[in-house]
Amino acid sequence: MAIDPKLAEDLKSQGVHVTSFEQLINWGRSSSLWPLQFGLACCAIEMIAATMAKYDMARFGAEVFRPSPRQADLMIVAGTVTKKMAPQVVRLYNQMAEPKYVIAMGACAISGGPFKDGYNVLKGIDRFIPVDVVIPGCPPRPEALLDGLMTLRDKIAKEKLIGKHRARHADPNGAASFPVPEFGPHDLEPTANREIWNPPTIVREEGGSE
Amino acid sequence: MISDSSMLYSTPALETGDDEDQLLRVSLGPQHPSTHGVFRMNVVLDGETVVSLKPVFGYLHRNHEKIAENATYLSSMPYTDRLDYICPLSNNWAYAHAVEKLAGIEVPERAEYMRVILAELTRLINHTAFAGFILGDMGAWGSALMYAFREREKILDLFEDLTGARMMANFMRFGGCRNDLPAGWAMKCGKLVDDYGPFLDEMEKFLVGNEILLARTQDVGQLPKDILINGGITGPMLRAAGVNYDIRKVEPYGIYERFDFRIPLGEIGDCYDRIMIRFLEMRESLKILRQALDQLPEGDYIHPKAKIRNFKPPVGEAYGRIEGPKGELGFHLISDGTTNPYRYRVRPPSFINLTLLEDMCLGLDLADVVIILGSIDIVLGEVDR
Repeated sequence: MAIDPKLAEDLKSQGVHVTSFEQLINWGRSSSLWPLQFGLACCAIEMIAATMAKYDMARFGAEVFRPSPRQADLMIVAGTVTKKMAPQVVRLYNQMAEPKYVIAMGACAISGGPFKDGYNVLKGIDRFIPVDVVIPGCPPRPEALLDGLMTLRDKIAKEKLIGKHRARHADPNGAASFPVPEFGPHDLEPTANREIWNPPTIVREEGGSE
Repeated sequence: MISDSSMLYSTPALETGDDEDQLLRVSLGPQHPSTHGVFRMNVVLDGETVVSLKPVFGYLHRNHEKIAENATYLSSMPYTDRLDYICPLSNNWAYAHAVEKLAGIEVPERAEYMRVILAELTRLINHTAFAGFILGDMGAWGSALMYAFREREKILDLFEDLTGARMMANFMRFGGCRNDLPAGWAMKCGKLVDDYGPFLDEMEKFLVGNEILLARTQDVGQLPKDILINGGITGPMLRAAGVNYDIRKVEPYGIYERFDFRIPLGEIGDCYDRIMIRFLEMRESLKILRQALDQLPEGDYIHPKAKIRNFKPPVGEAYGRIEGPKGELGFHLISDGTTNPYRYRVRPPSFINLTLLEDMCLGLDLADVVIILGSIDIVLGEVDR
């Protein structure tokens, strides 16, 4: 049962706060996101810079970097994911407790970035784990990371906990962990998790060479 | 209900050693708060004592050398930023220096001064951040780093004014620099240099005489000089042990012979010396910066005949090296006369300084391994490339 937003606003001016259980839970979740202390490459330095005095991520309740994935809510994939590192990243994600969120920070984590041509570079961590927010840049500025964090907070605030469109972690059938790829002789096996990632299908325009 | 001990996959396996002691195998990393990136060490412990330590590399191997061999000379410049991502401008200079040696390109005087200023500012960033990180390794996570990154941001603001980027500058060109100093930049830089000394005083006041720092770092991880020299160790690691070897002095590049500065040397080369030598080096860097800013001449920031497009150096090979903040940073290039290098090899200081890690750690506690690794000052982008 949704509350009439206008009524809620009127009550708020009278000093009465009306909310729903869902909003309360989401408010709590979005206000204290504890990231996993986990840096991969250059972006990790900007991630550290974002937590330090000048940018002060503590303003958004996200300064408590936890070294253990069991205590973390948010994984900031900050840097190039190589094929040797990808299994460990997926394993770390699997070890995190629900609800868990992923920010892909920087061009490398999104798509391989400048190192896309490398034989050992994974072309995007979204091939193996679901990514909530992507932050472009090489490396993104700390402000961009803060903006990404706030985008994630908005996303969490809108999450549905019941019903057809509920969030993955609220769905009893939703996947909590994803298969860990193996570092095979030539490439990762499998090269991507097809259940969550599919390459874009190229649709050719009619009236082409056919 | 766990019936089989093999189901306890997260518990390190216990093994019986030769003398029937129980050895404990610990895998530190690749995700560990004090491995400075994605570095892994397989440590074997007898009680608390390290009996074996095997590093595992390659978690950040991103094919820098192979990509560079398939790219033109200039398009490798942004990749050098990402080698040692704490100090991109030193890497830029080392690469530009190697290509200039290969092709015999002259660098105008103003550009040389700009390079010295930028390289020494980068040294300040690196050594300041180092002090913050190593105190984090000792348990003071955050507090020392707060001070270090406060100063780092000031230098990054200067870099941003000049190059347009905070970290990945992509600034040096073969025969000079990409653009001239903006108006008022040298004055701002001079102010930063003036303010840096008091900051170092403040930071040193916290460190020198700090009981925890002394207990954790003194007599930890020293090695004899000859082993260090034979191991190819360079930079502050080597000088902390008392070996007077700095490429700025032994093989001056750029215009370093014009400046009056000294090379600080340590005594025994333990972790304490390695920390303090970096503070002394920062003070020498400030001296160089002050002189360079005073002498900064007018003129071209890049050689007027420097070729940017379709750059083809003559057939041959060259090895250019500079004294990076972490040690000897060299680029070995072999040209076959085309637009791409035939072979492109980086001599990364932090990788080669890491080779003696096991020798430094044997017989010490596991907690000391973290400090020793921190005192080597590695950056994984450079170690794995």
